[in-house]
Amino acid sequence: MLKTIGKANVRYLPQLLLVGMICLTGGWALAQETTDATAIDETRVALDTLWVMIAGFLVFWMNAGFALVETGFCRAKNAVNILAKNFIVFAIASLSFWITGFGLMFGDGNGFVGFSGFLLSGADNSPAMADAYSGVYSALNWTGVPLEAKFFFQLVFAATAATIVSGAVAERIKFQAFILFSFLLVAVVYPVSGHWIWGGGWLANILGGSFKDFAGSTVVHSVGGWAALVGAMLLGPRIGKYRADGSVNAIPGHNIAYATLGGLILWLGWFGFNPGSTMAADGKAIAHIAVTTAMAGAAGIAAATAYAWLRVGTPDLSMIINGCLAGLVAITAPCDGVSVFGSVIIGLIAGMLVVESVLLIDKLRVDDPVGAVSVHLVNGIWGTLAVGLFNTDLGLFYGGGVNQLIIQLIGIGAVGAFTVTASLLLWSVIRLTLGLRVEPDEEYAGLDKSEMGLEAYPEDALTPEYKQVSTA
Amino acid sequence: MKKVEAIIKPFKLEEVKEALSATGVTVTEVKGFGRQKGHKEIYRGAEYVVEFLPKLKIEVVIPDDLLRTVIDVICKTASTGRIGDGKIFVIPVENAIRIRTGEEGAIAVE
Repeated sequence: MLKTIGKANVRYLPQLLLVGMICLTGGWALAQETTDATAIDETRVALDTLWVMIAGFLVFWMNAGFALVETGFCRAKNAVNILAKNFIVFAIASLSFWITGFGLMFGDGNGFVGFSGFLLSGADNSPAMADAYSGVYSALNWTGVPLEAKFFFQLVFAATAATIVSGAVAERIKFQAFILFSFLLVAVVYPVSGHWIWGGGWLANILGGSFKDFAGSTVVHSVGGWAALVGAMLLGPRIGKYRADGSVNAIPGHNIAYATLGGLILWLGWFGFNPGSTMAADGKAIAHIAVTTAMAGAAGIAAATAYAWLRVGTPDLSMIINGCLAGLVAITAPCDGVSVFGSVIIGLIAGMLVVESVLLIDKLRVDDPVGAVSVHLVNGIWGTLAVGLFNTDLGLFYGGGVNQLIIQLIGIGAVGAFTVTASLLLWSVIRLTLGLRVEPDEEYAGLDKSEMGLEAYPEDALTPEYKQVSTA
Repeated sequence: MKKVEAIIKPFKLEEVKEALSATGVTVTEVKGFGRQKGHKEIYRGAEYVVEFLPKLKIEVVIPDDLLRTVIDVICKTASTGRIGDGKIFVIPVENAIRIRTGEEGAIAVE
């Protein structure tokens, strides 16, 4: 500890000396005001960048959470397949977001799409801000961090949207079909609706206000959720999910310990997702958002526990994990502008919504093994609406009238219509070319054997070393 | 010689094993149902039936004169008095050979 402090002091010594010298020289410092301002700016840029990067690393780690939740909720025979999808999807999303996604989303363009700065190659003088900014990513000139910090932070968000899909289509989709869809989702679908909201597009300036989605209930979670819903519907239910009489047959996940650890990793990741979306080391905002995020997750857990217990008879841990994630998805849009009290109400409603939604989606014969649609789509919509209700400046419950609520509804509808249409198109093209679903015998054997050629939990094989022992 | 095959509740293994320590025993994890049938569980609001319950099959091969003792010992140690305690089957054994020494017959299982 002492060592660290010592190091930190040494590191900031030049700045401290500079500030000290400026203070001592008094009148001379006034004349040199610009130098002074630059020195302070550098510290601010360093702190902002540090915060944005740490938050981005936390969001990156959410991949581990998704991998464990999805694997735990599925059967042992498909574990390698789901783990591989979750591992690869980040790589795919990184490449596609770099190639086209970031340019389409944040590059200068028109109200519907950006069309500059592909391959991260546009002009840019970040961390210059606002009027001092000159470059092609002007939608991001509100944050004073280097361009690559902006890119990295947005990249891990895009990857999150793609990861959402994998759970809903699990245990029956062809591996290559999923990879191709993920690539296209992040390359052309996610960035377009993202441009409307975060890229200075038409939803950022509408009805005398703007669509408010602070950290991505709609931009990230609903988009992933819509794509997941369309995919799960086109694929059809897993073999054995429905009995001959149409009733729902449970297909229990194989490792609830994985799912629980995954849920906690995701919760930790959310403290990067939401507080990091300040994209500045703004202490008060970060602390407030961390608290609203924590409280919504906690309320989601409490509500899902109680509601599942009353509704289905047991405090089902898989529902409780979904309840936590539901609360977190719901608070993602409104986290910066609601009171702590508001965040608790939002989380409580999310926890009940997710349980009811899981049961309803099962009844509608849409097979979503991990509850991705109920968590990310249903609660992405709820959280986005919650801005119009609970925002302490603009929300209906705080005397802000209905204008913001109407804007939120327009945004939800527009993004939904676009994402469903685009996903339907992409999934259909993939179905016609690669095919979407594995054969029934492959599904029965498990994707680990049929698609991956590798099992997660193999019997110890009679390998050459056994032969050596027995002949010795 | 006789082979005694007993299907027992898994948590009773330790007691049965202690009681049979003089003879040696082979244990296999098995699944099945008898009069106990399966039971229902709930996952994410939907019911599913666990039709086959986990049991242990223990096998002991013994000289004829020990048969009654072994049966009594298993009955006593494996019993809980509740449905699902299992069953014992007795099967005649033609021969037994100890691989290391080549001894045959009752001497190989003593």
